[in-house]
This record gives sequence, structure tokens and C-alpha cells, in this order.
Amino acid sequence: MPEQPQIDLPKVERPQEDRSRPERAMIEIRNVTRSYGAFKALDDASLTIREGEFFSLLGPSGCGKTTLLRMIAGFDNPTSGSISVGGQPMEGIPANRRPTNMVFQSYAIFPHLNVEQNVAYGLKRLKLQGGEEKRRVEEALAQVSLTGLGKRLATELSGGQRQRVALARALVMRPKVLLLDEPLSALDKKLREQMQVELRRLQQAVGITFVLVTHDQYEALAMSDRIAVMFGGKIAQVASPKEIYQRPVNRQVADFLGGMNFVKAEIVEENSASLVVDTLGFGRVKTDKPKAFVRNGGAATLGIRPERLRVLWDNATAKFEVAGKVVERHYFGEITHLIVDIPGLEKPLSVTETNDFGADDIPVGTSIRLAYDPEALVAMAD
Amino acid sequence: MTAAAEGSSPLRMTRARRNALLQSEPVQGFALISPTFLYALILLVLPILVVIAHSFWTQNYLTIDRTFTLENYRIALTEPIYRDLLWRSLYISLTVSLFTVILAYPIAYFISFHGGRHKSLWLFLITIPFWTSYLLRVMSWKVILGYNGVLNSGLMGLGIIDEPSTALLYNSSAVIITLTHAWAAFAILPIFVSLEKVDRTLVEAATDLGDGPLRSFLRVTLPLSAPGVISAALIVMIPTVGDYVTPKLVGGKDGVMIANAIQAQFGKASNWPLGAALSVTTMLIVTLMAGATVLIIRALQRLAR
Repeated sequence: MPEQPQIDLPKVERPQEDRSRPERAMIEIRNVTRSYGAFKALDDASLTIREGEFFSLLGPSGCGKTTLLRMIAGFDNPTSGSISVGGQPMEGIPANRRPTNMVFQSYAIFPHLNVEQNVAYGLKRLKLQGGEEKRRVEEALAQVSLTGLGKRLATELSGGQRQRVALARALVMRPKVLLLDEPLSALDKKLREQMQVELRRLQQAVGITFVLVTHDQYEALAMSDRIAVMFGGKIAQVASPKEIYQRPVNRQVADFLGGMNFVKAEIVEENSASLVVDTLGFGRVKTDKPKAFVRNGGAATLGIRPERLRVLWDNATAKFEVAGKVVERHYFGEITHLIVDIPGLEKPLSVTETNDFGADDIPVGTSIRLAYDPEALVAMAD
Repeated sequence: MTAAAEGSSPLRMTRARRNALLQSEPVQGFALISPTFLYALILLVLPILVVIAHSFWTQNYLTIDRTFTLENYRIALTEPIYRDLLWRSLYISLTVSLFTVILAYPIAYFISFHGGRHKSLWLFLITIPFWTSYLLRVMSWKVILGYNGVLNSGLMGLGIIDEPSTALLYNSSAVIITLTHAWAAFAILPIFVSLEKVDRTLVEAATDLGDGPLRSFLRVTLPLSAPGVISAALIVMIPTVGDYVTPKLVGGKDGVMIANAIQAQFGKASNWPLGAALSVTTMLIVTLMAGATVLIIRALQRLAR
């Protein structure tokens, strides 16, 4: 194995990107419930979406995220609770008079109209004077890089182009809020990743509040200012992508956002801001207490992401380390997943290493040591 | 390869070729359509050829003179009575198809958009009138529109008219009313099918872009259901031009149509060649009219954008 210096995981003050904006509420969702008979598609959800932010509703299918989006758009109404957009209560206002526009999952491009006519659809009613309509259509097409394709029929467009037309058609209306219902799910992986970047760029250019519904956690993490994670009609956590990923409030959220090693812990000491817990593998650990932490007896769960564990090479040492034995190795090109059995832990740890130091060459059965940062160990509700 | 194997190979090849021919797509296709194709050939194409041939011949009392002549067409196109009958037939069939489509559209729309779980029940209900014979349905219109009919007694009972109106029965309006009712189901079905194909998200998208219910209907639903409207109009228009029973029963002398004249030529007047010429003329005019209808509706559709 190659020579490597000691890893000390020094405390570095990293510059924090300021993604917060003046906190003016654009959408207020207050105790909204939507029932279909006995089934509650949305159960007492409350949420504030700020002006100009890129907000994602993330969750598995059937979690109520699309129901919530459709209620903001006006295609569905809450059984109870209230929604307001731009300070104006939306109750009784039909979808065609709301200051929102939607990009549909199927794009809903009018097949009997060409690209230009599709984009101009909503403007026709406004009867704009002196070439204003044409100018705005051109501008919208330029925003989504479709200049010159105005005369194409909807049937002659590729999936990615149809998506751009749907986007231009909504943006040209200059809505207060743009709603996107799984807009990238029909695209192939490469195009999807490209569109993620473009959508984010576009949102920052136009400054409109975007609300995106998605079941793809990477999409939500890559594009959003803030994310609401939903399960079974309830909002589990609302936070920035980084906080959602690093400090999930419970196992469900942690699991949905990617790999997570769960470790059983015994609470030794609890105060308002922190917890001291005993674990078998990691010993005694002091961690931040999650905001919504509900103590369930003396037990808690700690979680650590696979990429926050580092393989220690040869005689390198770290302040915090655990020792174990490699039981499985999975190769993924740029990374390798190692499954490492730690004495005392009921489940082996999963470790992600980039393949620059030869993690892909560690034979199964090797005894290794893993370095970790105690800050990466997060306590969460079960 | 042995000599024996070489000797048997040409035979095997012919068999293989025959099998390949039998399994080829065109041959299989022809085999599949051949019963219907023969049926259509014998009972549709041949009679039409016979009619076309007759239209160029002359009736010579009991025999047919088979020298080529255009005299029959001259009579069919210039004789005022036939011209009038043709015009009236076209007028009646156009009016009937217009009314049928206008009346059928809301029904089809209701079933498609608001039929919910009961769509098939609604479609089933529409077929109920077809459980009785067409003649009975025409006769019942006679009962409704007649001098002492339901409509007249009803209007008199309400004091709207003093004496029974004779304007209801035995004229072209009676034919139009009866035919519109008779063909309704044939118009509802194609319109229903095309409305079913309209993606509901498109209507939502129109609403999202600011259109109220009427605007989104006119700008999205109606243009997208145009194929159904075209087929409904054609399905009603083409057969009604040549309808014979309805004018005979409720048309009186003002409601006579071209088919009654054709029937007379083949029957009492016993002038088959003239009857044949009238038939061919009618067929050609219907073809032109059907083409024109398609073009007009397409143009309207383009205008709606």
C-alpha cells in the first residue's frame, strides 16, 4: 500500500456560502390536509416558501408532494387549512387566476400548435400591443436556448426540447411562482444532469420562486436552496440541502437521502443543546442535539455517512479511529464501497473511498482502521 | 458434402422457397383479407361497375341498347326536376349533418368528461333506440309530427296554436328532424372517441396559462377533437344524401329526395340507364362534398389557433 501521511482531520473554518435571502414569504401553507375518503394524501402540512428561492418537495411516490403542488396551482383544493401566494389567500381562486404557472410532468405541449404558438398561448389573452407578444416569446425562447425553433411542431421535438418549451411557456407569463412537477424524470441521465444545472442557472437569472417536486434526492440536493422531505402525507424536515443531508431528523430522512450507517447508542447525558452517548464501536461521543429530538427511553441512534469514514493507510493515525475487517468490496469506477465489520457493532459499516489511493485494491479479509470526525456522527430520532 | 446430399438439394430449395413465399408478409396479409375482399369485390365493386356501364346505355322499351351515349347524363344534369331533387338532397343531408354534429357534441362531451365510472352505461343507453327497427322509429315521428299528432295536440293544449299545424309533417323539415334523430348515435360515437383521446393535462395546462373553461374548450378541446367531428359529419352526410325510406314516409311531395327518383327510374319508369346515370352523378357529388367538408373543417381548425 502507498505511503501516506497522518490524517489529522484538522478543524478548518470553511467559507459558508450564503444562500439565504431576505426572508419574505411567497407561499404560506397552513395546516393543510387533503383527504380522499379515509385516506389522507396530505396530513396537516405547514410550510413557508420564501420569495425568490428554489424550493424542492422531496419524497417517495405517494408521499403527497404532487398533491401539495397541485393545490398551490389550484387544480385541487385542501380539505382543511389554507394556502396563500404572495400574501393573497388562494381559497376560491380558480387555477386560471392564480399567479402561478406550472411545468407538467408530461410537459403538456399542445400538439396542434407549433413552438411559438405554444409559448404565446397564455399571452394571447392579454392582447399585448405593438409586437410586445412577439418580443416576449423570443425572449422566453432565448432563455431556454430554443431560438430559431419557433416554427417547429410539437411533434417534431425531442424530449429535452419539449421540456424547454414547457418551461418557456410558463416563464413567459412572468408568474410569481413557477411550479415544476418532476420535470426531469422523463429525460435520460446525462440530459437530466445538464438540465439540473440549467434550471438552477435560469432560476437565479429570472429570480422567480421555483417549487420543484421530485423523488430524486440528488436532483433536490443539487438544485435547491431549501428542501422539504415528505413521507406519508407529512412533512418530515425542512432545511437546506446540506443540513438535510448532514443532519437528518430521523432514520427515514437519512435513509432516503443516501447511504447512512446507523449505530445504536445509549444516552449518558442530555442537555438543551447536546447529547453524550455511549456506543459500542465509537465509544463515548458528544453530539449536537437535533431540534426535534424526542427521547425514547435511554436509547438513541447515531448515524454516519459512508464517505465520512476514511481508510487509514499503514501506520497513519488519527485522533478518532475504529478498527475492523473488510468483509466485502464493491467497485463503482470512481469510488469503491467497502463493507467493514467492526467488533461490537451489530451491522458492519459501509465506507465509501475514492479510488485515488488504491481502496479498490484492498483485499477482502484485510484488517483496517477507519478515521472519522466525531462531528459527522449525528444523533437522530428512530 | 456427399454426392447424395448434392442431388437432393434442388428439391429442398424449392420447398424452402415455397414455404418462404407462404410465410411472407404480403401473402399472409392477402390470405387474411381475402374473404372480405372477395365479398366486397362481388357485392360492391361489380354492381357499381354494372351501374356505371348502364349509365352509358339506352333503354329501348324492354331491351337495352348498348351503344355508348352521354344522353342520360345530359338529362340528369340539365332536367330541372333532377337538378332540384339533387340540390334538395344535398341541402337536407348538409343540414342534417350540421344539426346532428351540433346536438351530438355536447352529449359526447358529457360522457367523455363527466361520465366518470358510468361511461359504458351512458354509451349503452345511447344504443337503446336501435333496439327497434328504423321503420318503427320513422313511424313514431309521424305520430309526433302528424296533423293530430303529439306535438300539435300538445301545442293546442297549451293554447299556443288554435288549430293543428300542417307545417310539421310531409315536407323537408320533417325529413331533417327524423334523420337528425336517427343518426345521432353515429355522430356521438366518433366524437366521443376523439374526445377520449384528448389528454386532460392539456386542458389543465390551458387553465394554468389563464384560460377559463370556455376558452380552454375553444382553444384546446375543440381543435383536438376535430377528427371526430369530421368523421361524424361524413358518417351522417354520405348516407343521408341517398336516403330513400325517410322521405318516402315523412317527406310528402315536398320532401322527395334524389333516391326516390332513382328508385322510380329502376321501378315504375323502368329506365335503368337514367337511374344509373342519376346514381353515378349523386355518388360523384357526394364524394366532392365529403372532400369539401374535410377541407372546410381543417381550415376552421387552423383559424382557431
